[in-house]
Amino acid sequence: MAEQKTVAATGNTVVAEAMRQCKPDVVAAYPITPQTTIVEEYAGFVAKGRVHTEYVTVESEHSAMSACIGASAAGARVMTATASQGLALMWEELHIASGMRLPIVMANANRALSAPINIHCDHGDAMGARDAGWIMYFAESAQEAYDNTIMALKVAEDPSVLLPAMSCLDGFITTHSIDRVDVLDDESVAGFVGEYEPANALLDTDDPVSHGAFAGLGGPFFEFKRAQREAMEAARPVITSVGEAYSQLSGRPFDVIETFGMEDAEVAAVVIGSASGNARHIARQLRAQGVKAGVVKVRVFRPFPYAELAEALRGVKAVAVLDRAESFGAEGGPLFLEVRSALYDASDRIPVVSYIYGLGGSDVRLELMERMFADLSDIAAGSAQPGKLVYLGAR
Amino acid sequence: MAKWDIETIGEWDWRQFPLGAVIPESGNSRDYVTGGWRSERPVRDKETCTQCLLCWISCPDSAIYVEDEQLPDESFNLAHCKGCGICANVCPVEAITMVPEGCDLPEVK
Amino acid sequence: MATLKELTHREDRLAGGHRLCAGCGASIAVRQVLLGAGVEPVVVGCATGCLEVSTTIYPYSSWKTPFIHNAFENAAATVSGVESAFKALQRAGKIPADKKMKFVAFGGDGGTYDIGLQSLSGAMERGHDMVYVCYDNGAYMNTGIQRSSATPKGAWATTAQVGAAQQGKLQGRKDLTQIMAAHNIPYVAQASISHWKDLTTKAEKAFAVEGPAFLNVFAPCPRGWRLAYNKSVEISKIAVQTGFWPLYEVEDGVWRQTVKVHNRKPIEEFLKPQGRFKHLFKPENADLLAEIQSDVDRAWEQLQKRFETA
Repeated sequence: MAEQKTVAATGNTVVAEAMRQCKPDVVAAYPITPQTTIVEEYAGFVAKGRVHTEYVTVESEHSAMSACIGASAAGARVMTATASQGLALMWEELHIASGMRLPIVMANANRALSAPINIHCDHGDAMGARDAGWIMYFAESAQEAYDNTIMALKVAEDPSVLLPAMSCLDGFITTHSIDRVDVLDDESVAGFVGEYEPANALLDTDDPVSHGAFAGLGGPFFEFKRAQREAMEAARPVITSVGEAYSQLSGRPFDVIETFGMEDAEVAAVVIGSASGNARHIARQLRAQGVKAGVVKVRVFRPFPYAELAEALRGVKAVAVLDRAESFGAEGGPLFLEVRSALYDASDRIPVVSYIYGLGGSDVRLELMERMFADLSDIAAGSAQPGKLVYLGAR
Repeated sequence: MAKWDIETIGEWDWRQFPLGAVIPESGNSRDYVTGGWRSERPVRDKETCTQCLLCWISCPDSAIYVEDEQLPDESFNLAHCKGCGICANVCPVEAITMVPEGCDLPEVK
Repeated sequence: MATLKELTHREDRLAGGHRLCAGCGASIAVRQVLLGAGVEPVVVGCATGCLEVSTTIYPYSSWKTPFIHNAFENAAATVSGVESAFKALQRAGKIPADKKMKFVAFGGDGGTYDIGLQSLSGAMERGHDMVYVCYDNGAYMNTGIQRSSATPKGAWATTAQVGAAQQGKLQGRKDLTQIMAAHNIPYVAQASISHWKDLTTKAEKAFAVEGPAFLNVFAPCPRGWRLAYNKSVEISKIAVQTGFWPLYEVEDGVWRQTVKVHNRKPIEEFLKPQGRFKHLFKPENADLLAEIQSDVDRAWEQLQKRFETA
């Protein structure tokens, strides 16, 4: 295990610290609440001469990702950060980054999308980008945000992967709360992530290549998408092996899903991000009362851990999927759709209920979690039918 | 770089294409024939031509050869020339004329 | 300032076999700009558009130099990222410290005057060491001749049509060259494919500058202008002679007319050969025609004052 320093810091501070330790050549970013303190911290590193990074203070998030793409294609290690409207503004560029197979790593401070405008946490921004071809990590805590950011870079740059990766942390809840975080020393992180060896670097003027070609008119567009699909599949074992190596370095366990009480759970909640702690807290109380409650936290959303979820939920009698995002017109939130799909091949038909919670930073109170588990117990006991969709806590 | 062999590209599967749609060979459109678009071809009268090179700097298709600061006898790359006639139009001494194209075109890809 | 014979010794960085239309002004502009760029390696970025699509139809590239296309509105931001990577990699010792490299972005008027203006403005303000070249053909040609803010007043376009209630585009052109001059960058110039010496000299200056430079190059589209394919260069010359497209530069804040026009020709000589202006010559459009002439006169006079005060 490496030397570590325990600090009291916000999620954004330690994400900026992780970025500095990864030694990106280029950071192109635009400020947006609640990501701002990441780019401010980084600007501080630049001003103090602590990084060799070329820091491009672009005029929009669209240009942020555009410049990241140019820099990454050029052969540089590239990182950035955004949130909400910013992520939405760079939407077309997210697809171009993954289509061009550029391992850009971006922190996203999860925040609700307008309208109405709202600066607080939900996952609507990131979930809107879930089909953009990015690897997606979600953090429960500042510690996880720090760890995920470092692992994401190592995975993204793996020659068998070469896809961009997002490291998501909950706006304000994780980005701005001061938390206890163990931070690795610079040398350990540098050694762990290694040097980036770009493929097809644009700046190789001896051997010029063309990036961004037109593959229509009967061109092999379809085959390039297939290659992206295969790269995302190839990322699964890499995420696991990088997680194992990182665990050895940090002493902190990692898995694409994290379970609590699932060895014998009859009712279970599946959740992403900072609300996981509340879910576990209630599950722990219920277990003390004899209710076999469990929690599955999803830490990697893309590639989605279907097999791991199906295995974790085997034998459960009722499942609640907690979505801090909407998918209007669908049968439930984005995570619900994935979880129910993961369970389709299970031999038992497990009732799964979609709970939409916490949109726009709406409080995720413990009694809401209690209510959800109570619903599940009724369904498991056969005294209630699973409802279609529940807006948990909305008036 | 060594020439990127795309002879059998029509049969490649997804594994065989370079990463991220990168084209690893520079300027390989030189192998693509656009001469078939042409209905007229330029013909240069060597006697009248003053070798001013205005045609060369004005060609949209990089289809006029220059060797040692001069247009050689075979002045036009007919694999690329689309027959726009700009060369004839800009020629200050009318040394280039556009003549109807025959049927002896290079093979069209 | 190189002669044509000297220019033949430089590498022609755009290969033939691209699929731009016969007589396209864009590729003439690119060839002349890149010939002016000199002998150091040049990395090219390009906005989505005719030039980009036609020169990189997979698996063929017409670029003999490193090339990147990202999207429509962000050629400037993309190249600013490339240039930043160069600086950082040089700082990190991964590219030799003495290695020189030039960066250029090409965009049409749609990708520059309109959708890419913010990205361009940002990149110029940040001071990246890059040249941005707009090949201005006065409409969205790649998608089928839709009007842009560079389309001249009165021109027919597929989104500014001619009929009983409308005579082509109602509005005048945005003056992008002056907008770029207002960024106070080291070098801004307006050039035309008809004046190769002026254009290649301006390109040479633009690439020599440490920091951002902008070139606005007149590059006709025979297809969109309803013009004979062999007339691209000829009409560009007329554009200069009528004062529709003055050739000038703004070097470190000093405005200078680089090609003098002593007896400006009437604007009709520019409009007449182009089918997109055909309706202007109907008797009922005489007033509009006069208005177009007076617009050109006024812009010309205003520009002359810039030169006088220089």
